Amino acid sequence: MRARIATALTAALALLLAGCSGDSDGSDDGKITLRFQSLAWQKESVDANKELVKEWNATHPDVKVEYVQGSWDSVHDQLLTSFEGGEAPDIIHDASDDLADFAYGGYLADLDELLPDRLKSDIPERSWQTTTFGDGVYGVPFLQEPRVLIANAKWLKRSGVRIPTPEKPWSWDEFRAVSKELSDGKGKYGVAWPLKEPVSATLNLSLSTGGRMFHRGDDGKVDIRFDKADAIMPRTVHDQVNTDKSASGTTLGMGGSDTLPGFFGGKYAMVPLGFSYRQQIVQQAPKGFDWQVLPAPAGAEGLAQGVSPQTLSVSEDTAHKKEAVEFIDFLLQPKNMVRLAQGDWMLPTGEQALKDPALHTKKNDWATGTALAKDLRSAPAQSVRGYAEWKDKVATPALQEYYSGAIDMDELRKRLVTDGNLVLKRYQR
Amino acid sequence: MSTTRTSKPARAGQYLALLGYLVFLAFPFLWLISTAFKPPRELASLHPTWIPKDPTLANFRQAFDEQPLLRAAGNSLIAAVCAALIAVAIATPMAYVMARHRTLLARAATGWVVVSQAFPFVLVIIPLFLVLKNLGQINSLPGLIMVYVVWSLPFALWMLVGYVRAVPTELEEAAAVDGAGKLRTLVSVTAPLLAPGIVATVLFAFITAWNEFFFALVLLKTPEKQTLPVVLTHFIGAEGAADLGPLAAAAFLATLPSLVIFAVIQKRITGGMLTGAVKS
Repeated sequence: MRARIATALTAALALLLAGCSGDSDGSDDGKITLRFQSLAWQKESVDANKELVKEWNATHPDVKVEYVQGSWDSVHDQLLTSFEGGEAPDIIHDASDDLADFAYGGYLADLDELLPDRLKSDIPERSWQTTTFGDGVYGVPFLQEPRVLIANAKWLKRSGVRIPTPEKPWSWDEFRAVSKELSDGKGKYGVAWPLKEPVSATLNLSLSTGGRMFHRGDDGKVDIRFDKADAIMPRTVHDQVNTDKSASGTTLGMGGSDTLPGFFGGKYAMVPLGFSYRQQIVQQAPKGFDWQVLPAPAGAEGLAQGVSPQTLSVSEDTAHKKEAVEFIDFLLQPKNMVRLAQGDWMLPTGEQALKDPALHTKKNDWATGTALAKDLRSAPAQSVRGYAEWKDKVATPALQEYYSGAIDMDELRKRLVTDGNLVLKRYQR
Repeated sequence: MSTTRTSKPARAGQYLALLGYLVFLAFPFLWLISTAFKPPRELASLHPTWIPKDPTLANFRQAFDEQPLLRAAGNSLIAAVCAALIAVAIATPMAYVMARHRTLLARAATGWVVVSQAFPFVLVIIPLFLVLKNLGQINSLPGLIMVYVVWSLPFALWMLVGYVRAVPTELEEAAAVDGAGKLRTLVSVTAPLLAPGIVATVLFAFITAWNEFFFALVLLKTPEKQTLPVVLTHFIGAEGAADLGPLAAAAFLATLPSLVIFAVIQKRITGGMLTGAVKS
């Protein structure tokens, strides 16, 4: 017994010593090492990021970039802890709707004066708005995706409905009529709305009808209103599910990926999804499954819709902000932005990159998505303090109940506005 | 002592309940195995099957190809083994004192152990991060091991107190009567009887550390140091999208060490070395 205990302790000590291999992320040779935490996760995307880091390191011997893999699932908590502990990565990949807390908290560097003119002018103002908080710019928006309708092409052709294009999209009324036309009332639906997270989908798509819900006054304070324009998109979904029976009620609680088996299985003719879902469709669709990308319905504001682009930021604590921005500039050169966009199946924000022929091909309907880029706007309310609480405590349950038919439009309006403004008030004293 | 015989229907009901419980427990694991061997098109089938129609190893190849699973598993193993052994080495004498000397201090310590289990991770992580930073132990496995030891210590202690109490004091008294000193009694009499409890506690501490995600995520910065649960999240994308096949394959591999260890030491846990130790 004693021999066994001794053996176990020796093994533990050996393992412990093996684990003590030091912690050397600094360099003693005067060279700068920057840590770049990337959230790329699909193989093509990870490969593109790693290749670009390799190319940078090959051409910049004095500024080495170290690729660190992060994950979307836990990035907020991980960054918050790293910021608090003064150990954040130098270059941070995130999404614009996650930046507000970090920007206002003083954790991110204001890039306004650091960014090269080339990059500033290449990315349109509407994209910069997504990363502008107060007077500062706290991230470079570089990838974005519109919400599109992914449709069963054969089903659409067979039905004889007009196929919408970015130049001539469906109106919301026409979309409702078409989804009714595509339904058979016996378990086949014109559309499946995956609305597990209903708030961003509702707010972002309502921009097309002129809905904005959040109104900032001259005093800088924000209040919530729910006007006619705000009601068009939610009412369409509600009526499709509860009146026309042209939308499946069961998918209201699903995430985007959850609807794909039913879509492939011929239960739904169309599914509103992010543009990058094409990758999953290419990978998972049965052989011979014919699909196509359609623009989301348009309203008084055309095809406008809100997005929260992926961003690159620089930590306020880094001693090498200039070099970090130089790396970001390298990473977002037009040809590199195209590689990143292709890796993530998303659209680049840069106008030069958007012109690249590779993003205008008919294959996998890249051209349809690229044509929508000019209509993408900053997602409403992403910089409004208190939005997260309003979303979780007020808007999500209210919209879920409305879409499922449990409450009517008046009750929805009351909850979003009355309860919502009470929440915002606490943050705007 | 009286025994009661269970009627046949009641016994059948018990077996049925047990079977239902086993199925409930096994379902996620069996589904994980099934998913790990399915090609992408079967993963998105409207009518999923238990047995893959066209089983493939591609998910395993892709998982190993895309992420450094072996290195991460090595890191997890070092962290979990060290943490478990150290935690139990510290907890065992503490548990003995708490079990044998029921003083006010021992009761207060027991209460503190219970309370300490209620702290959420997010409450302790930032102060912990700062402490480890001052010790120069951010991004180091020894730093992570220290955290795991501290984190698993209360539970280890809690378990071991129960095991120590189960060792009859009469045995220690008998050893004392036979002339054995305190240390001799502890080493030769108590420790062997505690062995199953110690093994079980090591196992639970190991599994706690092996599966732990949040501390590892926050404390380890460089890819070379990351543990398996952290690497598994790299198969998950924005808004919950996941590369399901490789994720299932990697997760299946990650559960194997726990299963193997359970299988190997199960007998030691359930064997009951106390059997026959005391005549009743």
